[in-house]
Amino acid sequence: MAVSAFLTDATLCIGCKACEVACKEWNHVPADGFTFTGNSYDNTNALGASTWRHVMFLEQPSSLGAQITGTDDPFRWQFLSDVCKHCQKAGCLEACPTGAIIRTELETVYVQPDVCNGCGYCVVSCPFGVVDKNHEVGTAFKCTFCYDRQREGLMPACAKACPTQSIQFGEINDLRKRAHVRVQELHERGYSDAQIYDPQKTSVEGTHAMFVILGEPETYNFPPAPEVPTVHMKSAWTAAIISALAVVLVVCVSFAL
Amino acid sequence: MAADPQITEERLNAIRDEAARTGKVQHGGIVPADSPFPKSALEMSYHGNPVLKPPTWTWQVPLYFFVGGVAGVSALMALVGHVTGNSALVRAELLVGLVGGAISAPLLIADLGRPGRFLNMLRVFKPRSAMSLGAWTLSGFSAAVGLAVICHELLRAGYGHEFLLAVEWFAEFLAAFTGLILASYTSVLLGVTAIPVWSENRRLIPAVFLTGALGSAAAVLEFLGFLIPATQLIGLVASTTEIVIAILIEVRDRYADRPLREGIAGWLTRAGAILAGPVSLLLRIYGVHSTGARYCAALCFIAGALIARYAWIAAGRASARDPQALFQIQRRDRNTTSAI
Repeated sequence: MAVSAFLTDATLCIGCKACEVACKEWNHVPADGFTFTGNSYDNTNALGASTWRHVMFLEQPSSLGAQITGTDDPFRWQFLSDVCKHCQKAGCLEACPTGAIIRTELETVYVQPDVCNGCGYCVVSCPFGVVDKNHEVGTAFKCTFCYDRQREGLMPACAKACPTQSIQFGEINDLRKRAHVRVQELHERGYSDAQIYDPQKTSVEGTHAMFVILGEPETYNFPPAPEVPTVHMKSAWTAAIISALAVVLVVCVSFAL
Repeated sequence: MAADPQITEERLNAIRDEAARTGKVQHGGIVPADSPFPKSALEMSYHGNPVLKPPTWTWQVPLYFFVGGVAGVSALMALVGHVTGNSALVRAELLVGLVGGAISAPLLIADLGRPGRFLNMLRVFKPRSAMSLGAWTLSGFSAAVGLAVICHELLRAGYGHEFLLAVEWFAEFLAAFTGLILASYTSVLLGVTAIPVWSENRRLIPAVFLTGALGSAAAVLEFLGFLIPATQLIGLVASTTEIVIAILIEVRDRYADRPLREGIAGWLTRAGAILAGPVSLLLRIYGVHSTGARYCAALCFIAGALIARYAWIAAGRASARDPQALFQIQRRDRNTTSAI
């Protein structure tokens, strides 16, 4: 089967939140409540157990591409629909003790709701802060990449509902090529800070949800160099074994004296 | 030309600057106070929102970290007691291990919400997940200690048999081995996460947790009447190590360690370190001939070690809330290799 991926393009997003609505309706995701954050037009703030698509509203003190603002302090309004990254090496999947989190035949990362027992270890193991525990149900939830729709040959609900093709769905290598072409095109048009966010050179080894962004990843709350936590397994266990041996030594010496 | 000749371009700039600075304009009768006003973020992050999710664990989990640690080290002391031929010590420590194991499982189950959910942990054995390893270790530890207690009590009751003794040795060895994993895996569990303060201290937390477990196991033993030189010596070593660790945390000037020095988590860390470290140590040294002082030292160490477990979880929560902690580490690492 083809390897599924998302390419979400900040330069095409109009902040309409159709993806959020489509995701909630299709997947029966609970409401987030009507809270006003004051962070521009954002009212969910982050991805979570009940927010699987999150449209960011960024107000940045720089000009948009070659736009002439006529002021000393240029300003631009940026939007981007964030989503689970479906990492090539996923922290949540590595951490899951029940085998509830699996890699599907589409190479996406899926939480089996009937197997998850709500231990919460995936929550602290996700380098992107995506998966979270729903405290009413008591188990973990995140974007399913519309696994049910994909199995029937349909594209994910968010991509289908996006009116500007800001969310593109397809085969990962096609989308990677498309992202490079798009960034080159943007550079030619004067968007000199356009770049692809797809951390392939870290232990995450790339994501199945890539982004075309303007400016630094940090301004989108994207970790500049995300690491899958299990890369630290060896150093943590080495320290634990040394400490445990010290404990054995102290106990043996104390009781032998 | 403006309708009012007093309104110049400079005046418009001044109005804009005041609005940008304070979010409202005092003159001219318009006060759009408390209205959302676009402000460029001072620090590089999305509206200062957290990047990571804080731990969802309830109050039972840090308590389990403590109880599991004490039970695990107690099983080790039971084995050492058997080797040195101290039957009373073996009996007491096996019981501490048994009770500890019996308390641990309900604490974990309480965090999961529904008892049956614990069984999902035993669907797979996945050593690269510290949580999976821990669930299996706790199960194995409880079984081994239970078997050791049964053998020990049968032998005491006079059902002497070489085979029974061999089983007891085997069970005690297994309990001591799994006990050490039980006492240490929780530190790896925290160290191998995305939370900056835990991940950056992945080499330190094992020392913290095992020192706490060692000293607390000795303290529990003292409360069970074992006011012997061995428990005193272990208490002295554990308190001294606590002091060294506390100094290390205070002296190392790392951004990621800030939750260990600031805010509620910081004061919890300090309170735990002071109780288990200097207070317990001084009580032991100056109260060397006083039983009361020794009990106080034991109590202070247990309280300090328990507070420290809560402090580390609280520090993890604070660390997850601070996007700059994560960005700083990754920018530092990115300077050596290009990440994207």
